[in-house]
Amino acid sequence: MAERSTMLRVEHLRKVYESPTGDVEAIGDLSFTMDAGELVCIVGPSGCGKTTLLKCIAGLLRPSGGTVEMDGVPVTGPTPAMALVFQEYGRSLYPWLTVRGNVELPLRHKKLSRAHRDRLVNESLEAVGLAHAAKSHPWQLSGGMQQRVAIARAIAYEPEILIMDEPFAAVDAQTRADLEDLVRDLHRGRGVSILFVTHDIDESVYLGERVLVLSKSPTRVQEALAIDLPDQRDQITTRALPRFTELRTHVYGQIQRAKSEDAAMSSP
Amino acid sequence: MSTAPPTTPPTTPSAAAPVTASAPRRRSRVAARIRAAAANVLYAVGLPALILIAWDLLAKKPDEAVGAEKFYPDPRTVGQAFADNWIGAAFTEEVLPSLSRLGVGIVLSIVLGIGAGTVIGLSPWLRELTEPVLEFFRAIPPPALIPIVMLLLGITDTMKVAVIVSGAVWPILLNTIDGVRATDSVMTETADAFRVTWWQRLWFLVLPSASPRIMTGVRQALSVALILMVISEMFASSSGLGYRIVYFQRNFLIAESWSGIVLLGLTGVLLAVVFGLVERRVLRWYHGMREVERG
Repeated sequence: MAERSTMLRVEHLRKVYESPTGDVEAIGDLSFTMDAGELVCIVGPSGCGKTTLLKCIAGLLRPSGGTVEMDGVPVTGPTPAMALVFQEYGRSLYPWLTVRGNVELPLRHKKLSRAHRDRLVNESLEAVGLAHAAKSHPWQLSGGMQQRVAIARAIAYEPEILIMDEPFAAVDAQTRADLEDLVRDLHRGRGVSILFVTHDIDESVYLGERVLVLSKSPTRVQEALAIDLPDQRDQITTRALPRFTELRTHVYGQIQRAKSEDAAMSSP
Repeated sequence: MSTAPPTTPPTTPSAAAPVTASAPRRRSRVAARIRAAAANVLYAVGLPALILIAWDLLAKKPDEAVGAEKFYPDPRTVGQAFADNWIGAAFTEEVLPSLSRLGVGIVLSIVLGIGAGTVIGLSPWLRELTEPVLEFFRAIPPPALIPIVMLLLGITDTMKVAVIVSGAVWPILLNTIDGVRATDSVMTETADAFRVTWWQRLWFLVLPSASPRIMTGVRQALSVALILMVISEMFASSSGLGYRIVYFQRNFLIAESWSGIVLLGLTGVLLAVVFGLVERRVLRWYHGMREVERG
C-alpha cells in the first residue's frame, strides 16, 4: 500500500446533552486519527454514544468541546468530503423517488454535467449490484437492497470518507454477510476510506483494518487495535482463522471490561 | 348478477384445437373480461336505477289532486326540466360562469393553502404566532362572511371567488402545515448530511412527504368550494347555478329546482373523478408503499 496521510483527526471530542433534569455527558474525551484509504471500525457496548459520535464527526451535531478536522480543516457542518449511510435505510431513502432519483438527489447541487451525473449514478448502482433496479422505488426492494441503494447514494457523492452508522443492524444474517463483503470490495476495489460503526464484534474484526473499542458513556477510546488479518478476506476462511478468533475474543474482553469498569465505578 | 351470454360461437373442440391451441382460451378470456365489465356497469348503475324507479313510483301523477304533480314531480318531468334549463344557451350563460368561478376558487385555494402552509409549517415561530389566528378564522362559517365581503368587494365575481377561497383554503392550509411539520427527522438529516439545497429540499423532500396530507386537504376543500359556490350565488347574483335554483324555488318551479340540484350533484361527481385521477398520479408512490406494507 502507498503511504497514507492523516485524513480525519478527532481531538478531545466531548458532547454533553443539556436537559432540565441534569446534563448527560454522552462523549467524555475522545481522540483518534484516521488515514486516507483506511477502513476503521468503531465498536462499543450498546448505548455508548456511537451515533452521537458519528453525528459530531459528520457535522450534524455541534460538539460541546474538542475538534474534528478533515484534511486539516475544522468540520463545523456537513461537508462534501463525507457521506453517510444511516442505520434506518427505510427512513433515509425517499419513497417518492426511484432508486435512481435517490442516488441522484445529492448530486443535483454539485455542478456536474448531465452526462457526468448519469455516469456517477450508473457506476455506483453497478458497484452495489443494483443496475437493474434503477427504475424501482425503494419500497419495492428488500431491506438489504435498500441499504445497497443508500450505499450507492453515498459513493456516487464521491466523498473522501464513507461513514456508516450500524448499517446492517436491521438486515438478516445472510444479507448482512453479503453487504459486509460489498463494503470490503468497495474499500479494496475503489480505495474508499470507511469509518464503520457497529455493535457487532465479529463484524468489526472481519471488516476493519483497525478497530476502536469504545468505553461506556461518557465515551472514550478504550483501545485501538490493529487487525492483522490478511487483506483478502472471505466469510468462510477468514472467520475460521485462529487469529480471527483471538482478535474477536480480545475485543469481546475489552467490551466486557468496559461494561464492568462502568459497573465498578457506579456501584460504590 | 350478470349472466352475460357467451360471446364465443360454439365450436367443436376437434375443429378448433389443430389451428391454434390458445385461441379458444383467449376467446374465453375476452368473454370473461366482457362479463366482468358488464358486472361493473351493473353495479355502478344498479342502485341509481332502483332509486329512479322508486322515485317514479312515489311521485304524484297528473290525475291525482289538483296540482299535486307540480310539487312531487316524477323523474321524467325533472329530466325534461334539466334539458330545458341547463343545456344550450343556459349552459354558457348560467353554468359555465359558475363553474369557472368554482375552478378559479379551487385553484386559488390550492395555491394559497400550499404556499402559506409550507411557509408556516417550516418555521416553528411562525406556526406558534399564527396558530390562534388561524383557528379563529377557520372557525368562522364562510356564509356569514358573505354580506361583509359583498360590502367590501361589491356584487362581483371577485366577491364570489373570495367567498369560495375563504372556506376552501382552510383544510388545505391546515393539512399542509401538519404535513410539512411531520417531515421525517432521518430524511431531513439525510438532506442535511448531503447538503441538499433549500429549493431541492422543498421540492424533493418537504412537499412530496407532505403530499398525502395535502391531498386529503384538497379533497375536503372541493366539497366546501362547491357548497360556497352555490351559496355565494344565492345571496346576491343575477346569474349562476345558485341564483337559478333559488329563482326556480321562489317561483314554484319545483321540477326546475330539482334539475338544478341534479346538476350540482353531477358537478360534485365530476370534481371527485378529476380529483381521483390527479390523486392516483401524485400519490402513486404512497399507495404502492402502503400496499407493500400491508403485504
